[in-house]
Amino acid sequence: MKARNSILTAVAVAAAAGLLALADKNLGGFAMRILNLSAIYIVLALSLNLLNGFTGLFSLGYSGFMAVGAYVSALLTMSPEVKEMNFFLEPLAPWLQNFNLPFLVAIPIAGLCAAAVGLVIAAPVLRLRDDYLAIATLGFSEIIRVLITNAQRLTNGAQGLKNIPKNSTTWVVWGAAALAVLFMALITRSSYGRTMKAVRDDEIAAEAMGVNVFRVKVVSFTASSFMAGVGGALLGHMITTIDPKMFTFMLTFNVLLIVVLGGNGSITGSVLSAIAVTILMEAMRFLDGPLNLVFFKTDGLPGLRMVVFSLMLMIVVIFRQRGLMGDKELSWDRLAKAGLLPRGKKGGAA
Amino acid sequence: MKLETRGATMRFGGLTAVSDLNIGIEAGEIVGLIGPNGAGKTTAFNMITGVYAPTEGGIFLDGKAITGSKPHHITKAGIARTFQNIRLFPTMSVLENVLVGCAVRERPNWFASTLRLPGYRRRAKESRAFALELLEATGLASVADEPATSLPYGKQRRLEIARALATKPSVLLLDEPAAGMNPQESVELLEFIKRVRDRFDLTILLIEHHMQVVMGVCSRMYVLDYGVTIAAGTPDQIRKDPKVIEAYLGVE
Repeated sequence: MKARNSILTAVAVAAAAGLLALADKNLGGFAMRILNLSAIYIVLALSLNLLNGFTGLFSLGYSGFMAVGAYVSALLTMSPEVKEMNFFLEPLAPWLQNFNLPFLVAIPIAGLCAAAVGLVIAAPVLRLRDDYLAIATLGFSEIIRVLITNAQRLTNGAQGLKNIPKNSTTWVVWGAAALAVLFMALITRSSYGRTMKAVRDDEIAAEAMGVNVFRVKVVSFTASSFMAGVGGALLGHMITTIDPKMFTFMLTFNVLLIVVLGGNGSITGSVLSAIAVTILMEAMRFLDGPLNLVFFKTDGLPGLRMVVFSLMLMIVVIFRQRGLMGDKELSWDRLAKAGLLPRGKKGGAA
Repeated sequence: MKLETRGATMRFGGLTAVSDLNIGIEAGEIVGLIGPNGAGKTTAFNMITGVYAPTEGGIFLDGKAITGSKPHHITKAGIARTFQNIRLFPTMSVLENVLVGCAVRERPNWFASTLRLPGYRRRAKESRAFALELLEATGLASVADEPATSLPYGKQRRLEIARALATKPSVLLLDEPAAGMNPQESVELLEFIKRVRDRFDLTILLIEHHMQVVMGVCSRMYVLDYGVTIAAGTPDQIRKDPKVIEAYLGVE
């Protein structure tokens, strides 16, 4: 059984890579961009799931860490000329002006910076629980955004940054998504991951079992911030433009939507839901335009798409309270039980 | 003295939940803590296990002060507990519940865990073997992979004890282990507690409501009423103590 599963996983990974290479060659720029966006959303959803689904910490301050990552890696990789072009109101702080690092070095640094901010925020915030924690993290995320808006000489303030090098290629983003899945699969199935789940299930019992609850929470919060920073950086290098308005609560909401739809505490759930939601977000764009459904005519209702998404979320919450996958994983054993194995399916847990 | 409280007092605002508690337990003893509802038994447990820091007085394990330590430090020092209202980890299997208890000795860190470093692998393997051994000893081996909350009530209680034993304690605190059990189950549980004590070389302090249950297993007991220790001694002495009779039955 174990050998069969490893072989199947290897085959699935190879097939996914092959499909990706094929898509990269043949799909148009727009389609490819959406596919790559879903990879970034996989990273983001997994990171929020680590916090929300596996450690039981309800954080709404997610986008703040993405902002930190996006800004750090943008500032580290932009060439001095582009920086000069961007900072026309006030010049960039001189020590950053000529700072120029390769993209693949800047990304982990962006993650580490977000993790550092996460670590600093964790100490006061993680003494709170549940909805209090959610409000406090939301507050901190807004503080980060306000700081970015006002640090004119560091971040170019409300103008944002333009012409960020377009480095988020297919292989980079899907590589990051694969690493994120691997990391999550390894940590959640380890003894350490078990202590995280214990904290989620029952904090008082976990403490009585000798689990250092506060420490586990801090580690989870920091690791999640790191991944959020990496995700934010990748997003910046894909869109090539970032500004503080991008990182409002709406962005947190989008990621939260993916996590809840996929299932709190399910890695494969997050992966499938990230891909599905990202594609649907674009596929349903026609809803925002003029509609003619015979009995129902509109000449363009911007936002109808989000109404439909909210409806979907409500339906899932009513009929599958724990998300599409609950806290279960889509594994080879499960597929075999359902009699689906011969056909194989992407997304089996590693 | 294995475990000792000296003048431990717990006040919540104007309410004194436990006042001047002086308990002393020798290694290997099974001691009972009894009293009517709301007498402060569980508060006493919470002081010993670090959930509350006593307002006054001290708690000592092997003569060393553990007063006001964090619960996880106290568990590491060797005091494990079970809960009155069972607190198993509901999303985990029976085996996983016990493995969480093993973590305090295994001491996994996130880095070694994620990368599956050799030291981590070895310790995780040891934990697993120990957890299975505990399940064997508590008669739960056959349900190791079942969801913890699917077990019948009595087995959930035993699983809580197994999970507590996984932390390799020297003192075990049991909060109403026989709550909700019929007389037959209670008797079995008492036998089980004695076996566990002998096999794992434990000192046990247990809270119990039902006098009969406690009389059968404890060598000594303390009686609390409204936070005050009204009697202490052997079961026979307690049975005859007028104050205890008054607290339990009222006076005519």
